[in-house]
Amino acid sequence: MVKKTKSLSLNFGPQHPAAHGVLRLILELDGEIVEKADPHIGLLHRGTEKLIEQKTYTQALPYFDRLDYVAPMNQEHAFALAAEKLLKVEVPIRAKYIRVIFCEIGRILSHILNVTTQALDVGALTPSLWGFEERETLMTFYERASGSRLHANYFRTGGVHKDIPMKLVDDIEKFCKSFPKIIDDLEGLLTDNRIFKQRNVEIGIVSKQEALDHSFSGVMLRGSGVPWDLRRSQPYEIYKELDFKIPIGKNGDCYDRYLCRIEEMRESIKIILQCIEKLPKGPVKSIDNKISPPNRDDIKQSMEALIHHFKLFTEGYRVPKGDVYTAVEAPKGEFGVYLISDGSNKPYRCKIRAPGFSHLQAMDYLIRGHMLADVPAVLGSLDIVFGEVDR
Amino acid sequence: MLRLQKLEKLINSELSSKIKNSSIDNEELLIEIDENDLVDIVQFLKSNEGCKFKQLIDIAGVDYPEKEKRFELIYLFLSHEHNARIKLLIKFDINQSINSLTKIFPSANWMEREVFDMYGIKFKNHPDLRRILTDYGFKGHPLRKDFPLTGFNEVRYSEKDKKVIYEPVKLEQNYRNFDFESPWEGTNYIKEIKNSEEDGKKN
Repeated sequence: MVKKTKSLSLNFGPQHPAAHGVLRLILELDGEIVEKADPHIGLLHRGTEKLIEQKTYTQALPYFDRLDYVAPMNQEHAFALAAEKLLKVEVPIRAKYIRVIFCEIGRILSHILNVTTQALDVGALTPSLWGFEERETLMTFYERASGSRLHANYFRTGGVHKDIPMKLVDDIEKFCKSFPKIIDDLEGLLTDNRIFKQRNVEIGIVSKQEALDHSFSGVMLRGSGVPWDLRRSQPYEIYKELDFKIPIGKNGDCYDRYLCRIEEMRESIKIILQCIEKLPKGPVKSIDNKISPPNRDDIKQSMEALIHHFKLFTEGYRVPKGDVYTAVEAPKGEFGVYLISDGSNKPYRCKIRAPGFSHLQAMDYLIRGHMLADVPAVLGSLDIVFGEVDR
Repeated sequence: MLRLQKLEKLINSELSSKIKNSSIDNEELLIEIDENDLVDIVQFLKSNEGCKFKQLIDIAGVDYPEKEKRFELIYLFLSHEHNARIKLLIKFDINQSINSLTKIFPSANWMEREVFDMYGIKFKNHPDLRRILTDYGFKGHPLRKDFPLTGFNEVRYSEKDKKVIYEPVKLEQNYRNFDFESPWEGTNYIKEIKNSEEDGKKN
């Protein structure tokens, strides 16, 4: 007699510590084997794109901090670049260096969080305790530059908001000297850890072809052996002049993606150190007063500066008609902004391309045939943050 | 830049009858096509040796309520091999449904669901065209220009009913959208003036 088995539907989330946010997964199980996964997203949907259509370009920028809130400035960067491309503004060289420094800090912030929480998901508590201490230090750097730890609102069309204090540059340098030791410590806990390897090696394998078909980018693509990094292949800002390597995985499994992230942190440190060494002097935002606000001192002295200030903070600036797509290599992958301007002071349409959206979409394909216990491991290695997936 | 022009030439010569318009603005190649040719053209872009656009980056919907063909869809593609990007544009009116790309790019699945959710654009042959980002049981399509920013319903926990309830939006003050745009053209940008001065010197 053949016993008939019925598949079991399991509801994972929307509140689950291993879901990295508000994800609801409907899993169909045959015993412990996952047969199908249907992610329900949108629980954190705030209508960012709709809101941006109602705001001026300056007002729209802070919404980008709230997308991938683990690495806020990388998102701002994409929007600032898009507006700059339409306006054809030139960014002063010092601003470019500062931007790159903070983008790489963002990358480290994001990778620390991902690597340590992935370890947490498979049972290792200590890495997250060690990692979060460093994250805290990095966030104080954010705070000292922009005034807030998380929602920085620091980048502007045509540069950055304010120059960074000299002392901060020294402190970042000091951090860069001490941080590799922390990465070594984390690696000591994880890289050769038997349990960590058992949970990650050959789990969630993505082939090259599948990675392309599923619109993967960033570490998800590089982990599968595709040498593609926008910082190298379509360089923006000053990445052309910097010397850094692009780590690439071999097997495309969760473990390779972990190794890629670890190596990327080391490369980011190198990039920051190079930027600090070369950091030139000069203005940090466009000198075109029709776009960037005047100095506070000037407002007291010059009528024209006062008018500029008033106009910029009421009307904003008008952006020429047109449409552009700009993408940056955010820690999670290709983060893009497709911006349509109708010539007014507000964007007509701003489509945000979040890397996590495509990655989470592949969840069903990745998890099919795996055990239920692998779900958090795969989810962890996808590096999902719901702020950007749900927008 | 030169590469894009070459690419534009190639696409125009291979698909001459199907291309409505092509342009390079801001160093980006935009090609306008008829919505019925979409699948063929995407297939060509993916497989042709000179194109190899193997990755669908995103699908962006746009709403122009005053136009006869109300909706636009922009498909963004990336070719890793040639390090190039391309934008495909289709324009169509509210009743038309568009062919789905899920057969060619599995990642189109959620992107098309999002467009459906936000604009109410229907896709033919889509395996699972459900709402994706909005709430269960949501009505309307939020990114259409005629959808109000504040929405129609709000959610709160009712102490009386001991559950979460939906109510029509009640605002103490209406959402105020100030029109700060100055009616004057204003002066030209300083840069433009400088440029024209320089041009004058040359002449």
